[in-house]
Amino acid sequence: MYVLIAGGGKVGANLTRSLLRAGHEVTLIEQKPYRFDQLEAEFEHQVIRGDATELFVLERAGITRPPDLVVAATGDDEDNIVICQLARERYGVDNVIARINDPRNQAYFDLLGISPTVSATGAIMGLIEHEVPEHGLVQLLELRKENLEIVEVTVDKGANCHGKRVRALQLPDGARLISVVRAGKAEIPDDETQLEIGDQVLAILEPGKEDELRRALL
Amino acid sequence: MKAIVVGCGRVGSAVAQQLLASGWEVTVLDENEDALGRLGESWTGGFVVGHGMDLTLLREAGVEEADAVVVTTDGDNTNLVIAQAAQKHFEVPTVIVRVLDPARAQFYATKGLRIVCPTSSAIETLVSAVRHAEEEATV
Repeated sequence: MYVLIAGGGKVGANLTRSLLRAGHEVTLIEQKPYRFDQLEAEFEHQVIRGDATELFVLERAGITRPPDLVVAATGDDEDNIVICQLARERYGVDNVIARINDPRNQAYFDLLGISPTVSATGAIMGLIEHEVPEHGLVQLLELRKENLEIVEVTVDKGANCHGKRVRALQLPDGARLISVVRAGKAEIPDDETQLEIGDQVLAILEPGKEDELRRALL
Repeated sequence: MKAIVVGCGRVGSAVAQQLLASGWEVTVLDENEDALGRLGESWTGGFVVGHGMDLTLLREAGVEEADAVVVTTDGDNTNLVIAQAAQKHFEVPTVIVRVLDPARAQFYATKGLRIVCPTSSAIETLVSAVRHAEEEATV
């Protein structure tokens, strides 16, 4: 596989190393002279110097072949967006992956249809929520393309749904319970399933319905 | 008519002043508070401090009711992303964006953005001035 990586910071450099070790062909683009010198000492001709949002730099790196995958891993979200747009729309690259530095910029990537995206902050927040759930709902999986997410809810004492049957819950449209884990055993709930304290409930829902679901259950 | 100018440098501030003078309601957005100084002491338009990528600030500046958005920060890629958000997400009828790199300007123009590329304009002017001098010399 031929992979073009834009941005030779920690993410880009480690990716390059791992991909090369796995036998792939990689070209890395780095703009900063000092950083470039360090990378060149290790990766030699496989790293080139330049601004990866400049078309001639991308072309020098071989984007017209085109690569099987372009990874936009610079420390600047706007640059990563433009790199992905150029790769896909100007050079016909099928697969792009973008790094998001500031999670507040996720909206821009979504709006411009750039996916998949990877955000270290977002990933760590996800883990924190899973380990220390504060909001009741823990997001387990986000299916961005399908516009669905799967969340987990633990039924505590005082929860709205405690003792109720599923059919009596006022679940929002676009949300459904898909599994109830009780004493380590998972069951697919039906209308008659009664929810008890300690149940771990998995639900699938459209993003944006979290608050309604929380109100119905907790 | 309401306009938002994102980026208050030499170009953005002058555009904002001229639009205000011709009767537009203008709000300027810049991440540097000192940029307000470029608009002069008599500035009566709006001014919002913050980064143009912040969707909340764009809303605060009134992007949802804007008739026109002019994007002139000092970063080409920032400009291109903000302009696409204004056009696609907020559906502003007129979005004009400054891009210094002619190659990116040309590509994004094919994607339906209205782009002003001062570099291309400068190149054209310089080349035609030299050609003009050549013609005069041969007469």
